[in-house]
Amino acid sequence: MARCLHLGSFLFTKMVNTPRISMGVKTCLIKIWTPHSQGKAISIHSAIHSDSENNSLSEEKVIIHFINQDGIKTTTAVTEGQTLLDVVVNKNLDISGFGACEGTLACSTCHLIFDKTFYEKMEPTVDEEMDMLDLAYGLTKTSRLGCQVTVQKWMDGMTVQVPQEVRDAVGSKGSQ
Amino acid sequence: MSTHKAALCKVQILKLFLTSARCVRITRFYGVCGLSTSTPASSPKVCIVGGGPAGFYTAQHLVKTRTDVQVDIYERLPVPFGLVRFGVAPDHPEVKNVINTFTQTAQHARCSFHGNVRVGKDVTVEELQEAYHAVVLSYGAEGNRTMGVPGEDLAGVYSAKDFVGWYNGLPRNRELRPDLSCETAVILGQGNVALDVARMLLSPIDILKKTDITQHALDALAESSVRRVLIVGRRGPLQVACTIKELREMVNLPGTRPEMEASEFEGIAETLKSLARPRKRLTELLLKAAIETPGEEELEKRNRAERAWGFRFLRRPLEVLPSTDLIRAAGIRLAVNRLEGDGEGVRAVATGEVEDVECGLVISSIGYKSLPIDPAVPFDARKAIIPNTMGRVQQTAGLYCSGWVKRGPTGVIATTMNDSFDTARTLLQDIGKGTLDVSTVKPGSQGVSALLEKRGVKPVSFSDWEKIDSEETRRGETRGKPREKMLDVGEMLQVARA
Repeated sequence: MARCLHLGSFLFTKMVNTPRISMGVKTCLIKIWTPHSQGKAISIHSAIHSDSENNSLSEEKVIIHFINQDGIKTTTAVTEGQTLLDVVVNKNLDISGFGACEGTLACSTCHLIFDKTFYEKMEPTVDEEMDMLDLAYGLTKTSRLGCQVTVQKWMDGMTVQVPQEVRDAVGSKGSQ
Repeated sequence: MSTHKAALCKVQILKLFLTSARCVRITRFYGVCGLSTSTPASSPKVCIVGGGPAGFYTAQHLVKTRTDVQVDIYERLPVPFGLVRFGVAPDHPEVKNVINTFTQTAQHARCSFHGNVRVGKDVTVEELQEAYHAVVLSYGAEGNRTMGVPGEDLAGVYSAKDFVGWYNGLPRNRELRPDLSCETAVILGQGNVALDVARMLLSPIDILKKTDITQHALDALAESSVRRVLIVGRRGPLQVACTIKELREMVNLPGTRPEMEASEFEGIAETLKSLARPRKRLTELLLKAAIETPGEEELEKRNRAERAWGFRFLRRPLEVLPSTDLIRAAGIRLAVNRLEGDGEGVRAVATGEVEDVECGLVISSIGYKSLPIDPAVPFDARKAIIPNTMGRVQQTAGLYCSGWVKRGPTGVIATTMNDSFDTARTLLQDIGKGTLDVSTVKPGSQGVSALLEKRGVKPVSFSDWEKIDSEETRRGETRGKPREKMLDVGEMLQVARA
């Protein structure tokens, strides 16, 4: 059982953090555990139930809607404290080319447009963010870089969107 | 072990079981689930020429959007990543994070990297077109615009492309040995590349020695006598092509002070209120550095500074003036301009006045330039790009282009990213509409490998590159640097084949 816990949590973490896992590993796992799970079906089921109840009490979810470059809306339930870039990456949202510099204020590809009411409640933009934001295509008065915005409870129900045609202003004619 | 832990363990195993079971079902249904040792013979095969950002982003979009496309990237050097490796400044490591995305793409089951293959020499574009359903040209801009003035060939005069290649370890620039024994350097051009060069010339060595700058450049800069850098442009302060992040880095550069002529900024402050926010903030920062009285702290910094930098406007190079022995640059003659027109139509017009500036180092940073790679590919010599419509090469079916060779050599990585996605979309549209015929069976990389083997060319795979990568990282560690780049292609190949 100790070996089960180690292998299980190791593989589970790997699954969450790695985009791809080789098929070989997964099929091997099925072979190992199928006979065991059958006999323990009832107790596993009740374990899931109680665990999910515990989870929903300890992690309050904030609902955020994302509209991508094609106008498609995805609704996510996320925890406080992560940035909107983290959300897009962790939830694997379909927004093309988002977060190229991985949240280091070296690009503008995590540019998001907010509703005025939410925008005004956020922490003001510092110079370093503004410098990169100024290069974003489709810049609006309620634009921010997703890597600099942290999810908070009061953002529940917020909608954010990327410009409908994603471009960087640098390099395009007459942008500066 | 407690019952709670055991229960959690069971939940995790069950989740894993369910997900893997689902994946197994999907595998059986579609026959492909990301990991297959051979793609079906009839899948669309695309070849990409150039392993820089344009090549990788085009590949990324193709494999992500269609589950049957196989993409092969061919790159002239044994090492991938193009200007991300050889262009981005050593003190901008965050910009290089895109390498992680490119690595994921290269490791995708339906994508493969083939380094050390010179398209146009080892294999022709026509041969690639025979082996693949589509060929995408993403080979960037390896040349540079020249000033076209007398004295450009004197010692001490370099293109920014070569100077940047030198400190970034581009093999062809490793013997540059720029002469840094003079006090003043003049850079022509006021874009981000010009500011990168200025920053490399003036940064404290303590900062540079922790970056991936090449050791020989670091040693040369440590011995450099350059104390003053002028960044010269044809037009005025409102036309500078650099962006605010790079300007802010100059303003904040330790050990330096700005030195500019207030007269060159007359009338600029009055225009601020009519400018769009990006240009307004940039101009405000420029004015602050150039003419505003500094606060106490800044004043102290400027008084202690041993190095100076400044923009000079309305100046165009006429001639590089030689030393008495006629071998090296000793100065530069500049024509003085004035501006005509306004807004987008502002033009620089010569006044007839001329100005000489004493300097021993001249770096022209007036633009990169694409070159033709193969007679089978149409090339617009005037614009120095491949003529195309939305990425479709004109008058040549099955040929596409993305990145700088398509739009010209401007823009940051994200600009190229969006451009590459555009070309990929165009290509996929053509497959969907049937304009690009993918019904025939093409040999793809197997066909090209056969040709290369006959010609004695041995490609470098992505895992071969990873050996080079590990070795460079290991060498860097001993010096407190992220990596020590190999400068010699022969050495790269040796490590790749080990």
